[in-house]
Parts: sequence; structure tokens; C-alpha cells
Amino acid sequence: MKNMSPLSNPMPLLDAERRRSVFDEVALGYTEQQAIDEARRCLGCKNMPCVSACPVGIRIPEFIALIADGKFEQAYDVIAQSSSLPAICGRVCPQETQCESKCVRGAKGQPVAIGNLERFVADRHSSSAARAAEPNGHKVAVVGSGPAGLACAGELAGRGYEVSIFEALHAPGGVLEYGIPEFRLPKAIVRREIEQLKEIGVRIQTDSIVGRTETIDDLLQEYEAVFIGSGAGLPNFMGIPGENSKGVYSANEFLTRINLMKAYLPDSDTPVVRPSRAVVVGGGNVAMDAARCAVRLGAQEVSIVYRRSETELPARREEVRHAREEGVLLRTLCNPVRINAAADGSVQSVDCVKMTLAEPDSSGRRRPVKVEGSEFSIECDCVIIAIGTSPNPLIRSTTDGLQTSPKGGIITDERGRTSRPGVYAGGDAVTGAATVILAMGAGKTAAQTIDEDIRNKTGML
Amino acid sequence: MGAARGRLRRERQQMYKITYKKSLNSDVTLMRVHAPSVAAKAQPGQFVILRADQNGERIPLTIADYDPRSGDVTVIFQTVGETTYKLSLKNEGDDIQDFAGPLGNPTHTEGLSRVAIVAGGVGCAIALPVAKKLHAQGAQVHAIAGFRSKDLVILQDEFKANSSEFILMTDDGSAGEKGMVTDALKRLLDEGQTYDEVLTIGPLIMMKFVCGLTRGYGVRTVASMNPIMIDGTGMCGGCRLTVDGKTRFACVEGPEFDGHKIDFDEAIMRAGSYREFETKRRESCKLPGWRQTKA
Repeated sequence: MKNMSPLSNPMPLLDAERRRSVFDEVALGYTEQQAIDEARRCLGCKNMPCVSACPVGIRIPEFIALIADGKFEQAYDVIAQSSSLPAICGRVCPQETQCESKCVRGAKGQPVAIGNLERFVADRHSSSAARAAEPNGHKVAVVGSGPAGLACAGELAGRGYEVSIFEALHAPGGVLEYGIPEFRLPKAIVRREIEQLKEIGVRIQTDSIVGRTETIDDLLQEYEAVFIGSGAGLPNFMGIPGENSKGVYSANEFLTRINLMKAYLPDSDTPVVRPSRAVVVGGGNVAMDAARCAVRLGAQEVSIVYRRSETELPARREEVRHAREEGVLLRTLCNPVRINAAADGSVQSVDCVKMTLAEPDSSGRRRPVKVEGSEFSIECDCVIIAIGTSPNPLIRSTTDGLQTSPKGGIITDERGRTSRPGVYAGGDAVTGAATVILAMGAGKTAAQTIDEDIRNKTGML
Repeated sequence: MGAARGRLRRERQQMYKITYKKSLNSDVTLMRVHAPSVAAKAQPGQFVILRADQNGERIPLTIADYDPRSGDVTVIFQTVGETTYKLSLKNEGDDIQDFAGPLGNPTHTEGLSRVAIVAGGVGCAIALPVAKKLHAQGAQVHAIAGFRSKDLVILQDEFKANSSEFILMTDDGSAGEKGMVTDALKRLLDEGQTYDEVLTIGPLIMMKFVCGLTRGYGVRTVASMNPIMIDGTGMCGGCRLTVDGKTRFACVEGPEFDGHKIDFDEAIMRAGSYREFETKRRESCKLPGWRQTKA
């Protein structure tokens, strides 16, 4: 009954030409038949190498075996025991460096498409009435409604805690809402996951900026524990001349205008530059998202400028492939040195230099160095800087005794405890910009720690 | 402790009711909005981010007054764009979709004993709570307020009540003295008045000239910046400006900066980023009474 094909079932995709003008989801999802066929490729290894590479430890061979038997709801139940957001993770996890990288089938051919299967199960799952756990009478506040906060809240609510999430923006979801575009993660799915959390009793207070509207100390007066999952923070800029010209955005701003504020829709009041030629600086998923949004806003030419080579691109391979299919140009080994503007301050071009790779640096990646005399120019009317973020100062500057690293990230132990008793943290606020799944893993771990600590403190059984 | 608890609960409502509305002149509206958790924390110099309705843009408005007991926050705004236009159509009893804050750092007033406040247009609304606070802590406050003409003058009595000297300037001389706020400030400085600090709030071009003037006199000057923003929490960097050669975010590091170090020309250029979009929408919507921005 095993399917011994070396190739995985390809994910059905929206036609690349059509994608260039719509924000509809690109990956269409497996059919039942494709899912069963793919599930039969799993060998059900006893030592489960894939599980060891999953940040939340989903029992992967177990749920895949259930798919192979056509027991999709049961497969969902297995995933749900480890992950609170499977429809999201199936779409945005870097499976190629996690579960799928350890799949035995990958040694001679393609690994089992675990992410596609996870997504299939989550999408098929009818949101049957989620049951709220028996209340245990304890209250926990969660700061931020992104992946870390949602995972923490879900885990705690499942254990009977009364959980309130405080979200700074007007819509919950954090990076799932403002950052990742509709064509990669439909907002209806984010809303559905959030609704399910609400059904089990999680409350979400929007428009509430912790560090301003409430401080951590205010929250500690009402809640026994506070989890900080406030996210990555302030966008980095390159510090090159012309960076404040009109038409130069941080990726956060460009994506927020499009995703959170829906600037691509005609009835939105929020403006966004509709570029004809855009340059995106950076090589991560955020850079790919920004480039693909620029394509969809009508840009004729979109270039990604990245200072290392294609091998070092931190983005998911699938995103790079999809971006290419949509016509995005990858200009690797290339780094901007100056942004030139017209007399009215609007961007006209970016001057770049070619780079070459030297010996590995502290990050283990080969260090890019400038090639002398290689300067060239790219004409453009929009530049989007996607080179990472620095921690937000709002919480650390208003919370006494909360230890942070020299760079400003919150310091925690491996269980999510900060230097302040009763205060926990996880996700990008601790690690700096990382992935959705790592943030979820941190949120879940912190929830378990909060549960243990409150049990120990109160003698609760 | 109990108050904090009650407040967190009360604000489960997701909308924010307008409790009072008054037109200050043809362009400028005062609104009190019920937002207890903002009112509880607000201080002079801080701002809120609001959305008028579901499709609304997020815009920053500086807090003009606040009352922690009633839970009301006052904003005063000039109708310059779509959001302020939509807002101006709302009435007492109507709801505002989102009203988040207080954001930004409060105005630094500690240890100041002689201050000149130089404000222009709707910027006067923002300057007033600072004047009040300084006046209440016993500082000498010289307030200079500039408007285009008599019809646009706002908050004259309030400024008089909260300053030891008040000078009203209009471009056309139809009220107060004819001339620019910088004319009045220059006169005071030439008369030998000394200030611990000059605080300037208003149109960018006015603040640029105020800072240019005080630089020559070596008087420390703080300018309150109001750039384009989205989230207001440091996430987007849209509000960035150059201060002392460095990129700074007005929302989390400001909104006030050393006026002698701000790159005003860049700020003026960036403020015009969406003028074309705004014009287009204004034309396509054919919104009555929605006027062009006045610099």
C-alpha cells in the first residue's frame, strides 16, 4: 500500500500570470486523493526523525497514517494536541529546514510533503464546537496577539485559565495580520483560528498598547502572570544616503499598508505607492512577500537585491520559487549604497555595488565583501527595505527590573521566565525576528511554565 | 489597584463614543471621546491613533485635554484629509471605530521656569495642555499664537488664562498683531527676554523658521513633530525623520525633538508623500467642504 514514488505530490497552484494581478491565495491545497496518495509515501519510521525537528513536536507519522486511512478528523485531533494553529503552520512553516529536512524519503528523492498534509487536514476540519475547559479560577494576561501570544493563550485556555490578550493594533493576529500577505495566508484563516480561541474563552482587547495604555505592572495587579509576545519591533534601515526619500518604505510599513490597512482595495482610505519599478532589499520571507505585493500592485519590474548568493537566501524555497514564477528578478551578490531622488524628493534610482563571498562570519554564512569599481544603478520609483528589525523599546522602558540584552531583546530562561517574577516572554520579542513556528513554540513552552509555576505557588492540583 | 481592574473590564467595548462636539471655526473641530484607559494615562504632548470607521486610515491626533475621572479625551483637529473629514461629520453620541493611546513621550516640563510657547493654527490645541501644565507648576509662560485671519483664531481665552504674556498674531492683521509668530518671538528676544526653552508646535514651515530664529539666539528649542504614521508603536518606521544626522522614529522616540537638529526640509518633503492620492480621492469622492491642506 505504500507509495514509493520518489516525487511528492505537487501542490496545485494558481496560474502564475493570474497571480500577478490578484491577492488570491497561490497554493490551492491538496484534494482528498492527493492527500491520501502523499500520506502513503510516509514510511512511519519508528524513531520519528521528523518529530524531533518540529518546534512544537507534532506526532507527524501518526497524523499522516490517519490521513492514509481517510480518517481526516482524527488526524486533525492528533495535530491539535501539539499545535494550536495548524492551518497557519501548514502554510508558513519552513518545513524544508524542519520536519521535511529529516524525512527518510528525502534521502532518495523528495521528502513527504508534511506541510501540505498538515494544511489539508486543518482546512478540511470543520470548526466543530470547540469545548472550553473547566475554569480553574486563575487569570493570565498575554501581550500581543501574534503567533507567540495566540499559542500561549490557546495552551492556557485549554488548561482552564481565564486568558486576556492585549493587542496594540485594531485587529488581532500580529504578523499573521499585518505582515504575511493574503496570497500566502488568507486572513479568513487567521480570523477562523482566532474565533476558535475566543470560543474556548480567550478574550482579546484591541487598541491596547502595553507599555502605554497599560503597563506590565498594571496587568500584574489583575493577573497572576503576564506573557509578553509583543513581536519584533522597529524596522532596521541601512543608513545609506537617500533612505528617507519619498517612495522608500520599510517592509513593515509597505506590508502593513497592504495587509492590515488593505490599501490594495479601492474602498480603503489608506494610500500606498503603486510602483512601476520596485527594488526590495533583503533576502528573507519578508522581502519575498514585499516583492510579490509590489508585483500585484502593478509594478512592471520588481528586483530583489541581496548581498549574499542564492544559496544563503534565508527565505523559504517555495517563496523564492513563487516569486520567480511571478516575474520577480533576483539580483544576488549585490548591495545598495545610495538612493537617488528627484528634486521633489521621490525615489529615482538605487546605486548598488557587486559583492563577493569571503570566509564565513560569526553567523556561519560566508561574509559578503564589496567588489571595487562594480557600482551600477537600478532605476525605480519605490524601494522597500526588508533587512530585519530591532526590539521595540515600549515595554522594556516602562517595566522596572525586566532584563534585556544589549540589543534590547527580553532575556528569558529556556522555559520562558524573565527576570521579573510572574512575567514570561517568547517569540521575536526575545529572539529577534524569527519564524511563526518558533514563536508559537516559545508561546506554548511559556504557557506550560506559567501553568507549573501557578500550580506550585497555589498548590493547585 | 481597584481602579485599574475596573478600567480593564469596562473597556471591553470596542468602540469609542463621542460625548461632546464643538466647531471652533470653519475648519477646526473639538471632540471629546470616551476612552477611559487613554484618559487615565494621558499626559501633555502625547497623541492617540484613531480610525474613523471600518475602512478608515489610522491617523495620529495629539491629545488636547483629558479627564481621568470622566474618562474623556479631547482632540482638536483641522479638516485636511479624508479621515478628519469623516470625523468632522460625526456627532455627539456617534462612535469612533478605534482610539488607541496615549502614544509618544510626554512633553518634558520638569525644572522649566521660563518658557516661550510658539504655536500656529491647530497646533495651538496641542500647545495648550503644555501651557496649562507649565503655568500650573509656576513657570513663566509667554505664549505666541499665529493664525491666518480672525475667523480662524481658536483658544484665545484659554491661552490668556494659562500664560503670563499672550501675543496673538494674524497674517492679515484682522486680529491681534499683523505678522508672523517669528516677528513676535524676535521682539521678545530682542527685548532681552530669556527662556529655558522655546516650545514650538504647528505647521512644519513655521517650526522651521522658529528654530532658525532661536538658533541665532542660542535658545534651546523643542519642536513637536506630527508626521505620517500608521501603527504609532514603532513598527512601521513611516514617521521617521532625521535628527542630528540620525534616523529617529517620531512615534516612540518623539514626538518632540531638539528643533535645532531636525532636518525640516526632509520632513516637509516626506509630509507630501500622498498628496496626489489625497487629491485623487477628494476628486473621486466629491466630498463637500473638504478643503485643501493649508501649510
